[in-house]
Amino acid sequence: MKKIVASFLIFCPFLIFGQTSIKASLERGKKVYETYCLACHQDDGGGVPKLNPPLIKTSYVSGDKKKLIKWVLQGTTDKIAIDGKFYSNNMAPQNDLKDDEIADVLTYIRNNFGNKGSAVIPAEVKTVRATIK
Amino acid sequence: MKKTLLFSFVTLFTLLSRANFNTDTSKYKAETSVIKADADNAGLILPSGFGALKVATGLGEARHIAVTAQGDIYVKLSSAYKGKTIYYLHDNNSDGRAEVQTGFGDYTGTGIAIKNGYLYASSDEEVFRYKLDAGNKIINPAKPEKIITGLLSRHQHEAKAIALDNDGNIFVNIGAYSNSCQEKDRSKGSMGIMPCPILDSAGGIWKFKADKLNQTYGDGIRYATGLRNVVGLDWNNTTNSLFVMQHGRDGLHDLFPDLYDTKQSAELPAECMYELKQGVNCGWPYIYYDHIQKKKVINPEYGGDGRKTTTEDIIDPVAAFPGHMAPNGLLFYTGNMFPEKYKNGAFIAFHGSWNRAPEPQKGYLVAFVPFKDGKPSGWEIFADNFAGGAAFVSPSKAKHRPCGLAQGPDGSLYISDDSGGIIYRIIYTGK
Repeated sequence: MKKIVASFLIFCPFLIFGQTSIKASLERGKKVYETYCLACHQDDGGGVPKLNPPLIKTSYVSGDKKKLIKWVLQGTTDKIAIDGKFYSNNMAPQNDLKDDEIADVLTYIRNNFGNKGSAVIPAEVKTVRATIK
Repeated sequence: MKKTLLFSFVTLFTLLSRANFNTDTSKYKAETSVIKADADNAGLILPSGFGALKVATGLGEARHIAVTAQGDIYVKLSSAYKGKTIYYLHDNNSDGRAEVQTGFGDYTGTGIAIKNGYLYASSDEEVFRYKLDAGNKIINPAKPEKIITGLLSRHQHEAKAIALDNDGNIFVNIGAYSNSCQEKDRSKGSMGIMPCPILDSAGGIWKFKADKLNQTYGDGIRYATGLRNVVGLDWNNTTNSLFVMQHGRDGLHDLFPDLYDTKQSAELPAECMYELKQGVNCGWPYIYYDHIQKKKVINPEYGGDGRKTTTEDIIDPVAAFPGHMAPNGLLFYTGNMFPEKYKNGAFIAFHGSWNRAPEPQKGYLVAFVPFKDGKPSGWEIFADNFAGGAAFVSPSKAKHRPCGLAQGPDGSLYISDDSGGIIYRIIYTGK
């Protein structure tokens, strides 16, 4: 019994801290989204047909985090197919954003617009950023 | 005598009734008498006396349209439908619905027009034409003539919209593959390249011969420059000149947040109507037109601050509309069906905005611009509610988006929808 109480006391702060930090990350991520992403990807994450891809349950958003981080850092000037539909607008590289800002905004989009995905942490962004020239 | 008299009366009566019959069944009256608007006007909101019906549905991305003297419709698609990219629509039983839908062509695109016995259609790099028979049907759908080739298409503003004059020329939009000619396209704070290198081969209207094969840049002339992107354009037979609608630049706030707030960025710059004479410059990317200050303002990429105006030789628009509404179709109305005020005025299909976010979106409507002595005076909403009313919040939720316009032989107005694949027909039934 003592052991259980002890473990609870040890882990509880982590659980609480973990949850509040995700909540805080989502809140910060929302602000980053509104400042840098919303104009193209829209308030509802629906994007613009033929131009700006939607962020609603697409393989890019819900899939490989490394690929998604790279996308944000590098942008694109290609006409790309996402889940069978083409989008042709250019996306500027968002590499001026800090690691934690990118982590926050990706955590936000991966858990909004009907998406459910794991959080992105700044260390993951840092790792991917280091691989880009 | 009695018999002769009776015979004469019968003959006279027959002749008279025949004459009557002939007048009553003239093509125009026969057509309009059976065409009825849909009970809900196809979901559109129209001025009093007008009605709308759906001529065809399910065509996918229906971009520009052309209507023949027989009332048949050619539709250009920007995405293949059942493997084909141009559709010929025919109404078999004069009920206003096109039961016949015949597809051909294997290149997606936007432009389509009928002139002097040919159907012209464009991909994003080329323009083709098909010989028509006396009934305006294509003689050989599999073998068009390629009249223009090798036009730039770089994933932005790639649609090659077309219009023809009465002197054997075809005008082609070659949109700029950039927002504002920044060193880094759509990157915050990136400055404009001086001079903008895009303008030698895009960002303008090019003029080619309508009947010469395999023309490219060297065979045509740059008719007008400084146009970021034009999708709606039409030849005006009253003024004998080309009118175009420019899609103005995006992102004043996103790219220069210190100079523009989100409200200014939603409203600016104006979507402009220009009357083009050969050799004119409309100013992109160096300036934009501010319809509130009524000035040609220097773009921030080129040292502007939202107020500084240009001293360059750049023409003024003849009409200006709120920002980002995306004018995709332009048509000068010359028909007799609509009331007198519509004659020689312009209809504009506003595809609808996206770059007004986070402010509410605008457009998704067909506007009317009355013309007097060849000049526009004001504008009004003609057909509205394409996007779907209160449920509409963002571009991806828009049910329908007006794109192309054409006039039928009886004076009906046709509107294509590249989001829901509908061809609408607007008729006037008021008195």
